[in-house]
Amino acid sequence: MDLSAINPILLIAAMIAASTPILLAAIGELVVERAGVLNLGVEGMMITGAVCGFIIAVNTGSPAVGFIAAALGGAVLSLLFAFLTQVALANQVASGLALTLFGLGLSALLGQSYVGIKPPRMGDTPLGPLADIPVIGPILFGHDIIVYLGLLIVAGTWATLKFTRAGLILRAVGENHDAAHALGYKVKRIRTLAIMFGGACAGLGGAYISLIRVPQWTEGMTAGVGWIALALVVFASWKPWRVLLGAYLFGGITQLQLNLQGAGVAIPVEYLAMSPYIVTIIVLVILSADKSRAPGSLGRTFHASQ
Amino acid sequence: MIRIEARPQPSAMMAYATPVLAVLLTMVFGGVLFAALGKDPFQAIATIFWEPVFGEFSFYYRPQLLVKGAPLVLIAIGLALGFKAGIWNIGAEGQYIVGAICGAAMGLAFYPTESVFIFPLMVLAGAVGGCIWALIPGVLKVKFGTNEILVSLMLVYVAEQLLASMSLGLLKNPEGFGFPGSRNLQQYPSAHNAELIANTGMHWGVVAALIAVIFSYILLTRHRLGFAIRVTGEAPRAARFGGVNPSRLILFCLGVSGLLAGLAGMFEVAGPAGQISIDFNVGYGFTAIIVAFLGRLNPIGIVLAGLLMALTYIGGDIAQSQLGLPAAAIQVFQGMLLFFLLALDLLTNYRVRFGTPEAAT
Repeated sequence: MDLSAINPILLIAAMIAASTPILLAAIGELVVERAGVLNLGVEGMMITGAVCGFIIAVNTGSPAVGFIAAALGGAVLSLLFAFLTQVALANQVASGLALTLFGLGLSALLGQSYVGIKPPRMGDTPLGPLADIPVIGPILFGHDIIVYLGLLIVAGTWATLKFTRAGLILRAVGENHDAAHALGYKVKRIRTLAIMFGGACAGLGGAYISLIRVPQWTEGMTAGVGWIALALVVFASWKPWRVLLGAYLFGGITQLQLNLQGAGVAIPVEYLAMSPYIVTIIVLVILSADKSRAPGSLGRTFHASQ
Repeated sequence: MIRIEARPQPSAMMAYATPVLAVLLTMVFGGVLFAALGKDPFQAIATIFWEPVFGEFSFYYRPQLLVKGAPLVLIAIGLALGFKAGIWNIGAEGQYIVGAICGAAMGLAFYPTESVFIFPLMVLAGAVGGCIWALIPGVLKVKFGTNEILVSLMLVYVAEQLLASMSLGLLKNPEGFGFPGSRNLQQYPSAHNAELIANTGMHWGVVAALIAVIFSYILLTRHRLGFAIRVTGEAPRAARFGGVNPSRLILFCLGVSGLLAGLAGMFEVAGPAGQISIDFNVGYGFTAIIVAFLGRLNPIGIVLAGLLMALTYIGGDIAQSQLGLPAAAIQVFQGMLLFFLLALDLLTNYRVRFGTPEAAT
C-alpha cells in the first residue's frame, strides 16, 4: 500500500469532478420534488442522457452539442413520466420505476454500436492564469465548463426558489396543490415543466459520465448514481446548497475509494466499491429522523375535480 | 372537450381488460420498434410469442417457460404483498443474489459429502439470506423512518459487489484453474436442484412458486393479515384506527418478499445457473416488478404475467439468434409494457367523458 501516491490537490480536484454528475441529477430532482412530484426515474433519465450525449458528440465531433442533446434526451424521456403521472394520473412510484427500466433498456439499444468508441475530448475552460495559481488553481479553476455549469444551476435554482415569483408558485404547488389550484395556478403545467427540468439536468449528469468521467459508453454505466442523487435530495432536506454539500461528500467518497483501489489498499476492490452505497444508506438513516422539510404534496396525485 | 372523472368504484371489467390491452398495445408499438430496427415486425412478434410455445423447437422451449417463469413468479408474489400495502421493496434483485450466495455457500460447505439433508439446508440458507437482506431496509424504516425504496435499491449494488467478491474469492472453485466462479452445483448431486420430471423444466423452484401462489391467495382473500395489507394500502389512517400495527406489517411484507426472492436465487444457482459467477443475476428482481403490476398484484394474475414475461425472455433469445434482434430490444419491450399498463390504469379508476361538463348543481 502506498498512500503517498495520492496527491491531495489532484484528489480534491478529482472529487469536485466526480461529484458533478450526482450534483446535476440531484438539483434537477430537487426542483421536481419541490413541485410535489417524486420522480424515481432519475437513473433512467441519466443513462438516456449519457447515451444521447455520447452518440451526438461522436457523430458531430462536438461535446458541447452532445451535452445539449443529452439534456434534450433526458427531458424528452421525462415527458413520458409527466404524461403518466400528470395526464394518466398513474402512481408516481411505479411510473418512476417504469421510466428507469425503460431508460436502461432504451439506452442499451441505442448505444450498442457505440461500445468501445472514444468520444471527442471536451476542451479546458480558458480561465488563463487563474489555473496556474498553486493549490487553489488546480482545485478551483482547472475544470471543464460543465463543472461550473453545475454550480451555476445550483445557484440559479437557489435564487429562483427563494427570490422569484416563479419559485414561490413552484413551492406553493409542491406544498399544497389544491390551494395552488384554487388560486388559479396551472398545477399540471407547472409540474410538467419541473419534471422536464429534472429530466434535462439528469441527462446532463449522465452525459458528464459518458463524455468526461469515463469517457466511453458501456451498458448501465451510471451504476446507481441516479438513485444516489435521489437519496441526496432527502439528505439535503430539499435545500439547494445542501445538495451541493452532499454531492461533494458522495463524489468525494466515490473518488477516494477509486484512489484507494489504485493505491493498492489491503481492502478488496469489491468492498471499496460498495462504500458509496453503504455510506448513502448510513446518511439516509441519520437524516431521515427529520421529515418535516418534505414538500407537503410530495408524491400525491393531483386531480382537479377531487 | 375531454374530461376525466373519478369513478366511485374502480371498474372491475377494466381491471381485467387493461393488462390485455396493455399487452396488445405493447405488441403494436414493439412491432413499430422492431420495424425501426429493420426487422420484419410480424415475424419478430411471431418469433417472440409463437415460436417458443408452438414452433418447431417448442419441445425445447416449453420447459424453459417454467424455468424462467418460476423465479419471476416467486419474486413477484412477495413484491405484490408489499406493493398492495404501499411498501416498496424494489431491491429484490439484491435479495435474489444474497439468497443464491447463502444457498450455494451452504451447499459448498459440505462438498463433497453426500446427504439428503444438504439440499433442504441450502433452501433454508437461501430463504434466510434473502429475508435478512430485505429486513435491513425494513428495520431501518421501522426504527428510523428511512425510505425503503432507496435503501433496498442501494443494497442491490452492495449485493452485486458481494457477488463479485464471492465468485473471485471465498466461493471460487479451487479446481477452476483460476477462472472466476464457484464449483458447479449441477455436478454435486446432493446440492443439485435437478428437474423433478425429466424434460419438463419442473424443478423445486417451480413447486415453491406454486406453493407461494396458493399461500398468498389464501392470505389475501381469507386471512386477517391479508385484509390488513389491503386496508393499509387503500387507507393507511383507517388501517391504524382498525388496529393494524404498521411496523409489523412493514417487517412482514419486506421479510416475506426477501425470503421468496432469496429462495428464487437459491433455486436458480443450484439448478439452471449451476454456479455463483460474476454475471449470475440477469435482472429477474427488476422484471418481477413488471410481473407484479402486470398481474395486478393478484396471485393468479401474477402466474399468468410471469409466464408471459418468461415467454418474452425466451422469445427474445430466439429472436436474437434467428433475426439478430438486439437483446436490449426485449428490455425496451418489457419497459414499454409497464408504461402502457400504468397509463391504461386510468381507465380503471377514472371515466373518460367527452363534451363540456354540465353546470354544477
